[in-house]
Amino acid sequence: MDFRQYFRQNWGSLLVLSLALAWIWASRAPEGATTGGQIPAPRAGFLAPAFSLSTLDGGEIALDDLRGQVVLINIWATWCPPCRAEMPAMQRVYEDYHEQGFEILAINSTVQDTFSQLDPFVKEYGLTFPIPLDQAGDVTRLYQIMSLPTSFFVGKDGVIREVVVGGPMDEALLRTRIENLLKEGQ
Amino acid sequence: MFPILQLGPLALPVAPLSMILSVWLGLSLTEKFSRNRGLNSDALYNLTFIALFSGILGARLFFAAQNFSAFVQTPLSLFSREAGSLDPFGGFASALVAALVYERRAGLKFWSTLDGLTPLFAVAAVGLGVSRLASGAAFGMETSLPWGIELWGAVRHPTQVYEIGLALAILLGLGRWVKTDLAADSVTESRIETDEESGFTAKKRMDGRLFLLFVVLTAAGQLFVEGFRGDSTLLPGGIRAGQVAAWVVMAAALGLSTDFSRMRG
Repeated sequence: MDFRQYFRQNWGSLLVLSLALAWIWASRAPEGATTGGQIPAPRAGFLAPAFSLSTLDGGEIALDDLRGQVVLINIWATWCPPCRAEMPAMQRVYEDYHEQGFEILAINSTVQDTFSQLDPFVKEYGLTFPIPLDQAGDVTRLYQIMSLPTSFFVGKDGVIREVVVGGPMDEALLRTRIENLLKEGQ
Repeated sequence: MFPILQLGPLALPVAPLSMILSVWLGLSLTEKFSRNRGLNSDALYNLTFIALFSGILGARLFFAAQNFSAFVQTPLSLFSREAGSLDPFGGFASALVAALVYERRAGLKFWSTLDGLTPLFAVAAVGLGVSRLASGAAFGMETSLPWGIELWGAVRHPTQVYEIGLALAILLGLGRWVKTDLAADSVTESRIETDEESGFTAKKRMDGRLFLLFVVLTAAGQLFVEGFRGDSTLLPGGIRAGQVAAWVVMAAALGLSTDFSRMRG
């Protein structure tokens, strides 16, 4: 079959494919059009919104100060069973990876919790990672939390890599995500 | 965006829920459709469930194999409900192999089976759009158009809505096409009987046409919508990788459709 005959028989398909190519060219992404990482939003691919909170042990912690480390932001409350269930796994991975540049910010949504129960809770589970307190609910709102627990895996560049809504998070998932994020940029 | 459906103490994630619902609706439609086309609907049901089960199993095993050290420390994680510890490529490959093995064993014809499952695929495409709308995934670029939606810190193209609209249009269009096709077949049926000796029966309803048409239309839709996305993976020059992939799929499906049409005469 020569080209002319082929063209005559398939002109419809060739036209569609040519138009598609033209659209691919016309809809090339302009500079910065898909760089969600520059905008703060509680979503994978975006910069983790900045916050600064006081912690249960009386200190102060800011997300921006942890740039260069892998951070797990976990938002929880004592009355939430899956939040309680995932704490032991979080403590184990914290012990295993903290020295390698991994940090956990287990933000207690204090605005919807009972402050007096926090200390016994932390002692019961033997938690050694920082417990920032969201007393006014600002971070809960900023991160658009609709369900507890919700966790955000943040890379060394401050960009959210994954959001896990609900729980308890599986320990193998925690380990694989943290290991992969620690490897980034090495 | 509506990621969680809170029913009392239950927090149900809307995205997977809409996918499950769409598979269920798609299977119901597939059953009706396959009965009309004289296909074995029970076999299609079995095929779907075997593929789904194998896909999930394979996705978990592939993920565990890639992250062996983590799973050695917590072997029970193999049975966790965590969707994040599934490998999509491993899942797809496992589902495909299981489906092909079942298809052979059940004596199903490859292209007829794909035709029979097309309603399921078409409804699932709508479900995928709904799940993306619920979770805010596959979001659009910033826009100043009046129908832009506020999402992730900017007014953006409602790409998920475009996707749902196109998927619905494809579903309805294919439904209409099938009705016309079946009507045409019933008219020619008597002629087919008389021409059986000449081999016309084998050509009567070109298997795979419906599926290939769905693939062409869906790939074209994805190629169009991808042009408005704000989360595309980019190739050099700002070319969107998703569009290139959709173009290749569309070209392959168009090529096969042309071959089938030529065989049909």
